[in-house]
Amino acid sequence: FFFLGPSIDRKMWGIARRKNLGQALQKVLPAGSMTVREALNSALDEEMSADHSFLDGLESTRISKGLLEKYGPDRVLDTPITEAGFAGIGVGAAYYGLRPVVKFMIFNFSMQAIDHIINSAAKSNCMSVGQISVPIVFRGPNGANAGVDVQHSQCYAAWYAHPDPVVFLENELLYGESFPISAEVFDSSFCLPIGKAKIEREGKYVTITSFSKMVGHALQVDTFKGISAEVDDIVRAVKRACYRSILMAATT
Amino acid sequence: MCREKPFHLPFFAPSSQILRLPSSSMAAAARRLSAASLPLRHHHLLLRPFASSASGQPPIAVETSVPFTGHKIEPPSRLVDTTPSELLSFFRDMTLMRRMEIAADSLYKSKLIRGFCHLYDGQEAVAIGLEAAITKKDAIITAYRDHCIFLARGGSLVESYAELMGRRSGCSKGKGGSMHFYKKDSGFFGGHGIVGAQVPLGCGLAFAQKYTKEGTVSFALYGDGAANQGQLFEALNISALWDLPVILVCENNHYGMGTAEWRAAKSPAYYKRGDYVPGLKVDGMDVLAVKQACKFAKEYALQNGPIILEMDTYRYHGHSMSDPGSTYRTRDEITGVRQERDPIERIRKLILSNEVATASELKDIEKEVRKEVDDAIAQAKEIPMPDPSELFTNVYVKGFGAEVFGADRKEVKAVLP
Repeated sequence: FFFLGPSIDRKMWGIARRKNLGQALQKVLPAGSMTVREALNSALDEEMSADHSFLDGLESTRISKGLLEKYGPDRVLDTPITEAGFAGIGVGAAYYGLRPVVKFMIFNFSMQAIDHIINSAAKSNCMSVGQISVPIVFRGPNGANAGVDVQHSQCYAAWYAHPDPVVFLENELLYGESFPISAEVFDSSFCLPIGKAKIEREGKYVTITSFSKMVGHALQVDTFKGISAEVDDIVRAVKRACYRSILMAATT
Repeated sequence: MCREKPFHLPFFAPSSQILRLPSSSMAAAARRLSAASLPLRHHHLLLRPFASSASGQPPIAVETSVPFTGHKIEPPSRLVDTTPSELLSFFRDMTLMRRMEIAADSLYKSKLIRGFCHLYDGQEAVAIGLEAAITKKDAIITAYRDHCIFLARGGSLVESYAELMGRRSGCSKGKGGSMHFYKKDSGFFGGHGIVGAQVPLGCGLAFAQKYTKEGTVSFALYGDGAANQGQLFEALNISALWDLPVILVCENNHYGMGTAEWRAAKSPAYYKRGDYVPGLKVDGMDVLAVKQACKFAKEYALQNGPIILEMDTYRYHGHSMSDPGSTYRTRDEITGVRQERDPIERIRKLILSNEVATASELKDIEKEVRKEVDDAIAQAKEIPMPDPSELFTNVYVKGFGAEVFGADRKEVKAVLP
C-alpha cells in the first residue's frame, strides 16, 4: 500500500484524468509499445492481483490509474505528507509479512524517511539473522527533472545502490515516453533479472554505461568521433554486481 | 549535572490498599491451594497464570495503587481480579527478570558483555503486566531496553546471555547483541537501536494485523525520551485516520538518557500528547494496574483505533552501562523509589497478606531463580563465538552476487549469493 506523498485536490485530479483520456484517444500508440507510465501501472496491477497481500498506494498521478477501483481502499491508500510516518508504517507491515509498495513523490523526500529505509528496512534481515526480512519496494521519481529546483532534482542512485530493500528509481521526464516492447513482456509472469547490465547497443572500442534517462542520451551518440560505442544500461543492476559486466565489456 | 527541581513521586502507594475476600474459608482455601502449589518446580521459563475457573482457585480482587487517569476516555475500574497462582507467577517472573538484569550488570563489568547494555530493572512490572493481558499472537515492538520483553515473550535465559556475550547460540546468533533480540514466532519484533523508529513500525504491524483481519493488536513501547519524536506523531496521525489497532505504551521512567522529563518535554503528560487519541495514565510499578490497563487498551484498540498508555515507572540503573545513573538524579531518589514503589516488593506484600505463600517460600523462589540465572550464565559462557564466515550470512535475503569486503579488501572477502 502506499501512496506517495500528498494527493492533489480530487477535483483537479478529475480534470487531469479527463484531459488524459482526451489525449489518449487522440494519441495512437504504435503496436507493441507502451509508455513508462503504462508499464508501471500494468506491473503494479499484475503484482497486486498475483499476490493478495501486495499493496500499493494511490498517487495523484496516472500511474495508479484504475488500481483504487480495482483493489479497493484497503489496498490502495492515500497518506498525509509525512514520509517518516508512512515509510515506517510500510516497513512495519513488511515485518509482519505484507508486501507494500511505498511511493515517494520525489526521491528527495525519501531523506525524511531514510532512517526507516536504512535502519529499519535494510538492516533488519541482518540484525534478526533472517527472522525478519522486509519485502518492501520504495519507488518514485528520481534525479533530473524539468525546471524544478536543486532540492527536487537530486539523484539518489549512489545512496540506495544495494539489493535489499528494493529501491526503484524512476524518472519523471520518462513517464510519458513510449518504448517498443516485445510480445513476451505482456505475459504476467515476465520478469527481468536483477544484477545484470543490459547491452543496449553493441560496439567495438568504447563502452558507455548509464542508467535511467541518460541511457537515451548515450544512445544518441551515434559514433563517437568515428569510434563505435557500446551502450550498457545498468539500470537493473546493483552497482557492485554490474562491475563485472562493465569490466567484461571494457576488456573485450 | 544535578537537577534543580525536586522530584515528585507521583504515585505514592501505601501497601494497605489491598482488598481481602471476607469469608475466612476462602482464606483457608487459598492457604491450602498455595501449600499444594509450592514449592514451584516448573519447567518452562515463565509461568502462565491459570484461569481461575480452570484451576478452581478462588479469585482475589485487588485494588490498584492509584486510580487510572484518563484522557478523552473513561478509565477502567481500579479493581483487578487475580488468582494466587497468577500472583506467584508474577513474583517469580519479576524476580527472574530482576536477577537477570543484575547479573548482566556484573557480566558487563567483567567485560564479558560489551558494547551497549540497557538494563530494565525497576520496570519489570510493565513487561509482566503486558504479557499477562495479551496473547502471543499480539505483537510487541520496543527499543533497545528489550531483554525482559524478550524473556516475557518466551525467550530463554541461555539464549539471552549467549546473545549478550556475543556467542553463536544467542537468539540472534551473537550478531545482534543487547539491542537486537527478536522472537517473531511469539510476536516480538525487536529490539531497535534508533530511538522512536519502533513507533511507526509498530503502527505498521497493526496495519498488517488489521489487513489480515486477525483480531490482534500491536503494542509499540517507547520511552519518555522518544515521546518527543516527530515520527511518533506522524504515525499516530495515520493510525488514527485508519483506525489501526495499535497501542502506544510510553514507559515513562522520567529520564531520557540523562535528561529529566521536565527538561525535555514542555508537556510531560505523555498520555495526553495524543490530543485526539485517548490516553490512560497507569502506575507502571503495579503489575496488576498494568495488566488491567493493557487488557482495557486491547479491547479499545480493536474497536476504535489507537490509544496511548503512559506507564509511570522507574529504572534503577542508569540509561545504559556506561551511565552511572547518579549524575542527574540523587541516590536518595533511587532508594526512595526502591523502598516505596518497587514492583516485586508490592507483589510480595500482596502474596503475604493474602496468605498465598509464606515468606520462607518466597525466599525459596528467589534462591531458585538465582540458581537458574547462574546456571544459564555458566552454560552461556561455554558457548563459542560465531564463526567468522557468519559476517556474511543473512546480510541480504538475496545478494545477487554482490561482493563484500573487509577493510583491506584482500583477506576478508565474499560474494553474497
